[in-house]
Amino acid sequence: MTTMPKRDSYDVVVIGAGPAGLAAAATTAEAGLSTLVLDENVGPGGQVWRAITSTPVVARDRLGADYWAGAELVQELRASGAEIIQQATVWSLDRHLEIAISAGGASAFVKARRVILATGALERPFPIPGWTLPGVMTAGAAQTMLKSSALVPDAPTVIAGQGPLLWLLAAQILRLGGRIDCILDTTERRNYLAALPHALGFVTSPYFTKGLAMMREVKAKVRVVSGVSELAALGDSQLASVSYVSRGRRETIPAELLLLHQGVVPNVNLAMSAGIEHRWDDRQLCWSPVLDPDGNTSVAGIAIAGDGAGIGGASVAVARGRIAARGAVEVLAPDAAAALTAENVLRTTLAQAERGRAFLDVLFRPAPQFRIPSGDTVVCRCEEVTAKDILDAVAIGATGPNQLKAYRRTGMGPCQGRLCGLTVTELMAQARGKSPEEIGYYRLRAPVKPITLAELASVPKTEADVKAVARQ
Amino acid sequence: MFKRSDQDNRPAVKMFVDGAAIAAREGDSVAAALLASGRDIRRATAVSGAPRLPYCMMGVCFDCLVTIDGVGNRQGCLVPVTEGMQIEIQKGKREIGK
Amino acid sequence: MHRDYDVAIVGGGLLGSAIAWGLGRLGKTVAVLDEGDIAKRASRANFALVWVQSKGLGMPAYTGWTVRASETWSRLAAELKEQTGLDVCHQRNGGFHLTLSDAEFEQRAQLVTRMHNQVGAADYSMEMLSASEVRKMLPLIGPEVSGGSFCPLDGHVNSLRTFRAFHTGFRQFGVDYFPEQPVSAITRDGGEFRLSTPKGEIHAGKIVLAAGNANQTLAPMVGLSAPMGPTRGQIVVTERTMPFLPHPLTTIRQTDEGTVMIGDSKEDQLDDRVLRHPINAAMADRAQRMFPHLARLNVVRSWAGIRVMPQDGFPIYDQSETHPGAFVACCHSGVTLAPNHAFDIARMVAAGALEPELVGAFSASRFAGDSAGTTDIR
Repeated sequence: MTTMPKRDSYDVVVIGAGPAGLAAAATTAEAGLSTLVLDENVGPGGQVWRAITSTPVVARDRLGADYWAGAELVQELRASGAEIIQQATVWSLDRHLEIAISAGGASAFVKARRVILATGALERPFPIPGWTLPGVMTAGAAQTMLKSSALVPDAPTVIAGQGPLLWLLAAQILRLGGRIDCILDTTERRNYLAALPHALGFVTSPYFTKGLAMMREVKAKVRVVSGVSELAALGDSQLASVSYVSRGRRETIPAELLLLHQGVVPNVNLAMSAGIEHRWDDRQLCWSPVLDPDGNTSVAGIAIAGDGAGIGGASVAVARGRIAARGAVEVLAPDAAAALTAENVLRTTLAQAERGRAFLDVLFRPAPQFRIPSGDTVVCRCEEVTAKDILDAVAIGATGPNQLKAYRRTGMGPCQGRLCGLTVTELMAQARGKSPEEIGYYRLRAPVKPITLAELASVPKTEADVKAVARQ
Repeated sequence: MFKRSDQDNRPAVKMFVDGAAIAAREGDSVAAALLASGRDIRRATAVSGAPRLPYCMMGVCFDCLVTIDGVGNRQGCLVPVTEGMQIEIQKGKREIGK
Repeated sequence: MHRDYDVAIVGGGLLGSAIAWGLGRLGKTVAVLDEGDIAKRASRANFALVWVQSKGLGMPAYTGWTVRASETWSRLAAELKEQTGLDVCHQRNGGFHLTLSDAEFEQRAQLVTRMHNQVGAADYSMEMLSASEVRKMLPLIGPEVSGGSFCPLDGHVNSLRTFRAFHTGFRQFGVDYFPEQPVSAITRDGGEFRLSTPKGEIHAGKIVLAAGNANQTLAPMVGLSAPMGPTRGQIVVTERTMPFLPHPLTTIRQTDEGTVMIGDSKEDQLDDRVLRHPINAAMADRAQRMFPHLARLNVVRSWAGIRVMPQDGFPIYDQSETHPGAFVACCHSGVTLAPNHAFDIARMVAAGALEPELVGAFSASRFAGDSAGTTDIR
């Protein structure tokens, strides 16, 4: 494994080594295109297949068959001839397909003829009272620790929220001997009715039987409270208990660990900073890039595959990765395209993988109270800005996220809005009686991840650049 | 808060937190090793001094910021542990020279 | 919408807001018309210096106007805090311009001499200091620093909080703020101005054009002119660190929050959506040579902004002869000059006439002939 790219230009640069990135890079490299894969993590796999090459959890049934499916794809990529760099952070991507990479404390630039963004998803913010307390984490965080380090909760633990990942995590924790005291299901009862029209697609999808089995497995061992609302994490400088309302009654459970989850949303920072057009997705309640059927964005030469293109899950990500890769091969090496899986086959695979998604989206649509906080609840964790602060700013004239920054510094911390952006958009939309699309999002710019000043200083510059800066 | 499953047979790695030795495992991230150590590893934010622990463990939230081998504000969830690594829990803003 | 105001202000940035606040403070009814979330806003892209040294080479009146602002800033900060509870963290204990070579030191020394020799320049000190003298006040400077100029009148402020304080404060004075209402046309009818916006017309007895570089297109609608020559600048900001910099520099300052701002380039290309890394690299390089410990800090954000810049670099304050009651105000240094706008310009607008002894030199009539001037230098 190298630490810096071997060349300064590639046919294809794939950013992210999760399901979509692995599939895309393997495809383009097998077709003979020079392919570079850049990934921020220690090993390939992304989030869903995290630590796939290194997990200490060796008994296969613990993490499940869907997890181990990733190993095959890693093998395929490694055999494909693609160059793979782990622990490489892409901090800039522009319209000229120039990519700035930070690895091992130094920066390098590469040019690409095509870029496939496979930066995946991150967990939707879950801004409840007390969510910044030590002891409150995302469910994904617990899953990362479980996969990478075989660590499981052993203190009083509550899992709260909704969605397939929540049940998968609970099952995995239990299989590894971890502790879960209670699961608080926040799925709104009315969602079951709303999801009904999509039920046929769901029951014929693989999610259905797997999901039911997992829920049965978990419910046999853990108390599950459904219809939970008004969730709050309580404690003074550390989580002490979790409070909620169910069936009209407020309950409080002692807890040292609260794992939150209400679905995942596209990780848009790099794509937006490259100027790629996004729109508000009203069903998935997030920003999604505007794409053609091959995953091509509004910026020529950049495609997006995987959950960064809209949440679809691992199988969809693999299919989209192959389709985007095929698109790149058709342009850069048309002769090699004939040897690839036929387009109609890829599209059929994608359609199959997408089955059931609409049902999940509607059933697990997070309730407004868990997306749009009020009062002293923190919205921006970095700058410690509350919902009330934001509403005050709206009252004196803040119209959107960018003016809000001027008034309140939201999104100006190191996470660059990843943990507050959606909340800010929806909160301002509600306060102003506008749609999220009208409110908009933070204008994002490089560096999309922090780099040291020394690293920035080492970027090649001309005399003219130096002159534009030096003062008399 | 967390324990190691009996599945874990990875070799031990010795590291130090504010001078005290803790046992991590090869392949742990700094943040995971700290959470597994059972020590009080809460940092204090640079804005208000509020206590925090790692939140996302996937490199996006910056709540795992920690001083590693003398370099402040590193994302503990993205850095693998190494033998003899020196960790300092940060209280407030990054210090000059760290 | 159909309402009457004493004054309508076009532009809700720092300059327009300061005048609106000042007029509200004097009991006038005021409407502020502003753009929306995405706009070229120097008010959220600036470097937040309250800067005197080297201002006004080529126009002594500008030096005097700047010194006046520097001397009034603490009063403005106190009034804003009293009214809104917001501390804008005004600090005025002198600022530096550091140099990184003998040649740069020489060049700066010449500038200081030219400033001192300028006839009519306000009486203030700006002196060259050797590296060892600088080190006594800024102990963390690096070995490459060859010295610098120091002016005790210089300072800085939290400019975003100042913006918020003006907006909070003018609300309390009863000023109406209308965002997302850019002005497309202005007419005058029966002693009243009519300003067209996408949401309707606003009527006012007087108007102040405070729309930054857009004044160039608005001014001719009311018989005024505002020749602009904007430039582009990039700034990078680091994460928060413990206080290390007791004085602001022309290109580096530590905010009250602890972040370190590093500026700033001067470029002719005017796209604020593109960032040029080599420019940032040059800035970062100079910053780490001035303070080597900065090298390890993480850069968390960077942006490009478009400077509001009259063509010769000096402010424009003017009133219309053909359209009495119409004023134009634009300048590069909206932060530095905020107290003058809040107190002086607001007073003049309220009275209906600019005061020639204070701002006569800033009339756009100076562009009527040959417009060659000296650009603003920090």
